[in-house]
Amino acid sequence: MKAMHAIVCAAVLATATLDAQQATAPAPSPSAAPVTTPRLEVPYTQFTLPNGLRVILHEDHTVPLLTVNVWYHVGSANEKPGRTGFAHLFEHLMFMGSGHVKYGLFDQLLEAAGGTNNASTASDRTNYYIDAPSNALDLALFLESDRMGFLLDAMSPQTVNAQRDVVKNERRESYENAPYGMSSIEIARLLYPEGHPYRWPTIGYMEDLTAATYEDVVEFFKKYYQPSNASLVVAGDIQTAAAKAAVEKWFADVKAGPGSVPPIDYPHPFLTEVKRKTIQDRVQLPRLYLDWITPAHFAPGDAELDVLSLLLAGGKNSRLYKRLVYDLQIAQDVSALQQSQALNSQYEIVVTARPLTEGTTTAAALERIRTIVDEEIKKVQDSPPTEREFGRALNQIEASFFDRMERVEGFGGVGDQLNAYYFAASNPGYFNEDLARYRALSPNDIQAAARAFLPLDRRVELIVEPAK
Amino acid sequence: MIRRLFVIQLAVVLLGSALLAQQAPPDRSRPPALGPPPDLRLAPVQRQALRNGLRVWVISSHKVPTVHLQLTVRSGSSADAAQKFGLASLTADMLDEGAGTRSALEIADAIDYLGAELNTSSAVDASYVNLHVPVARLANALPIMADVATRPTFPESELKRLREERLASLLQSQDDPERLVEFAFPRLLFGATHRYGTASVGTAVSLKGFTTDDLKNFYAAQYRPDNAVLIVTGDISAEAVVPQLEQAFGSWAGTATKTTPVAEAARPTARRVYLIDKPGAAQSQIRIGTVGVPRSTPDYFALRVLNTILGGSFTSRLNANLREQHGYAYGAGSTFDMRRSAGPFYAAAGVQTDKTTEALKEFFNELTRIREPVPADELERARNYLSLALPRNFETTRDLASSWAQVWVYDLPEDFYATYRDRVRTITSADVKRVADKYIDPSKMLVVIIGDRKVIESGVRSLNLGPLTVVEAGEVMK
Repeated sequence: MKAMHAIVCAAVLATATLDAQQATAPAPSPSAAPVTTPRLEVPYTQFTLPNGLRVILHEDHTVPLLTVNVWYHVGSANEKPGRTGFAHLFEHLMFMGSGHVKYGLFDQLLEAAGGTNNASTASDRTNYYIDAPSNALDLALFLESDRMGFLLDAMSPQTVNAQRDVVKNERRESYENAPYGMSSIEIARLLYPEGHPYRWPTIGYMEDLTAATYEDVVEFFKKYYQPSNASLVVAGDIQTAAAKAAVEKWFADVKAGPGSVPPIDYPHPFLTEVKRKTIQDRVQLPRLYLDWITPAHFAPGDAELDVLSLLLAGGKNSRLYKRLVYDLQIAQDVSALQQSQALNSQYEIVVTARPLTEGTTTAAALERIRTIVDEEIKKVQDSPPTEREFGRALNQIEASFFDRMERVEGFGGVGDQLNAYYFAASNPGYFNEDLARYRALSPNDIQAAARAFLPLDRRVELIVEPAK
Repeated sequence: MIRRLFVIQLAVVLLGSALLAQQAPPDRSRPPALGPPPDLRLAPVQRQALRNGLRVWVISSHKVPTVHLQLTVRSGSSADAAQKFGLASLTADMLDEGAGTRSALEIADAIDYLGAELNTSSAVDASYVNLHVPVARLANALPIMADVATRPTFPESELKRLREERLASLLQSQDDPERLVEFAFPRLLFGATHRYGTASVGTAVSLKGFTTDDLKNFYAAQYRPDNAVLIVTGDISAEAVVPQLEQAFGSWAGTATKTTPVAEAARPTARRVYLIDKPGAAQSQIRIGTVGVPRSTPDYFALRVLNTILGGSFTSRLNANLREQHGYAYGAGSTFDMRRSAGPFYAAAGVQTDKTTEALKEFFNELTRIREPVPADELERARNYLSLALPRNFETTRDLASSWAQVWVYDLPEDFYATYRDRVRTITSADVKRVADKYIDPSKMLVVIIGDRKVIESGVRSLNLGPLTVVEAGEVMK
């Protein structure tokens, strides 16, 4: 549901997923058949270690697997201009060995246990997971605690240099060498003022990656990678009491950090006009991006904009898809997304045009598309969605919540979600409250949100046109 | 300033002592041992059949109130006749563009309103109709799925729309080196006549030639109950679902037409290099490989272990070399694509343009070195990675369905998963060496590179890998 703008440091082509909280029952939804929707049940226990680390435990015995998932509450938004890309570079360094686990051993030990791991960096947070069979709990906690507590013992200028090169290649693959790959970077520079932490890409600028010194990186670790700035989830085929004891054992020697984390001081972003830019790329199909600054994750308007996205571009009968792709067939694809983040969110509509017909220019084709998009936005601003459209969107949202319950491990699994809710709402079990936000909406709310947050005269418009 | 520092240091020492009093530090001198490996806990498969012969396999899982149904038809792009490459794929895509009495828009609206997902797709050896739905709405969604699977109408207007969409997508594939190499490598390895030499989607020429009669004929020949299995997973029992399936699918009749299996392709007998120019490319896409093995190979487990070591995990030799050791690539790996006939084997990576020559050297170093006996610890790690991670394929309703679909599509024994771990564990270093010798001959592999010719060509030539041909991007898409 929520798109986290994150860089996933994918593992390679691999062959071949305390306090028990009880929220109040949500109000009935306008659904298809009059069915009573079951509640989302995610029992968990939580406690805090003496070093400040918040721990959340969740049992799920469906398959004999577990996940150890850590969120550090630091992302690219904590960086400074001139030193961008740090949070992500740092994420890579977390795999370069720690005090008692020499470089290479982390993955070797895990694979030998049938486990896998990955991490991702976003603007607001960095997450790490280890997925393993349930007999590998101690190994997973040993590895995770060792790098939380003893990473600096193994870090050196050589390891920083090595990962710098890997990150540069990651940037080339995901941005410079990918069609339309530079769009997000261009859009951010238009949307956000100088000094705003969302202005620079999470992957960082090449010059900053080159300029980063070893000392810079050490300072970053000491400031942000401390237990009180993190939360740990252990979920899956575990026994709560034994898992609690194992966590307490393995994190006993992970020292507390300085405690306070510098708050992000940033200029309030807002637009007063339409900002337009056209860039060239080695592509065949022109593409139009429209972007707005919108309310932060869980703030009023955030849920409304999720519903609006389904209304505009979710499925064949959605407003934009039906008109542009299905009826007129002047678009190859269309998307609309509320990219929810902590400081503020970004709403983005993207339309890829079909190949230009004889005699049409890119500008003319995209002008036509933009006019139609604006007509549809105005329609929602003028009158609320129909009951059918609204019910359709709500039912899809509700179903997606249950969909997300199927997997415990990996990105977006229940383990990751527990951490996400703790980070955003200080409550790991926020599932039903989150769903309740949507169930509380009415069609008028969607109209109001479109009016309030998608002004046609204050946004960014980026065009990517085929290079001559 | 100094005094404050002293106070803070004292506080830390006191805090440290307090911690020590609570919990002794753990022993980090060596990694902790693993507990005994947990049982696989495979949910049982209940195998039944409807009166019309349609196989029904039910695997219950009551964690989430959801049901997933995967109708698996054992015909995919391999069943495309000559001149009609892309027909299986297009037929599958068209199923939900009009079925029963509903139009494409009506199907989408009905399914979306139920909070369900219905999608149709096609792969090399099978085609699929998937329904994912809250269990409370199964009764509403099932008739729609049955219409799509058994009563598609193939409207002309939707064929036109899908055709244009696919043609535009083919154009886009030419822009993206990562996508283009997926067309280029198979074409250069298998040629334009062999089915595996052309992507499942077909070509612009074949797409422009398809009529609704083509779709109807393919559908009528292949989508029959004797050629399919319906796999049901999730929050339902066989007793509850089979009567509903009988009602929804019971009238589906007919017998499928047998298709000619794809012929075994000849392996290249000499090494050749192909270069496709992408001016200004920041990376070179490299694929090196040959014809591999069919899924039915008796060497299946030995090859899975071999490939894990060579390029099938993060610690694999290709990744450790090209990414971790040298920093040439963001990721590198290898694959044996096992189909009903022998699919390709290839090693692949996207490497920094200015390291293309060096990367090629390392590729061949590893492809050569894998033919030497592998050390015991590396073998053990690969066997464990393969065998112990198996439960990951059985957690979600979708994974359960697709894992069991594989068993049916490739005629695997019923106890394939139950015996999987044991069979992996029996693979020895001698087994790995035997299959490496048999299937990995770097001196006879094709090398396909998509990159900035101006920058990389002379370096590539200097390696003297074999005759080098420059190929136009459009040639491999025809």
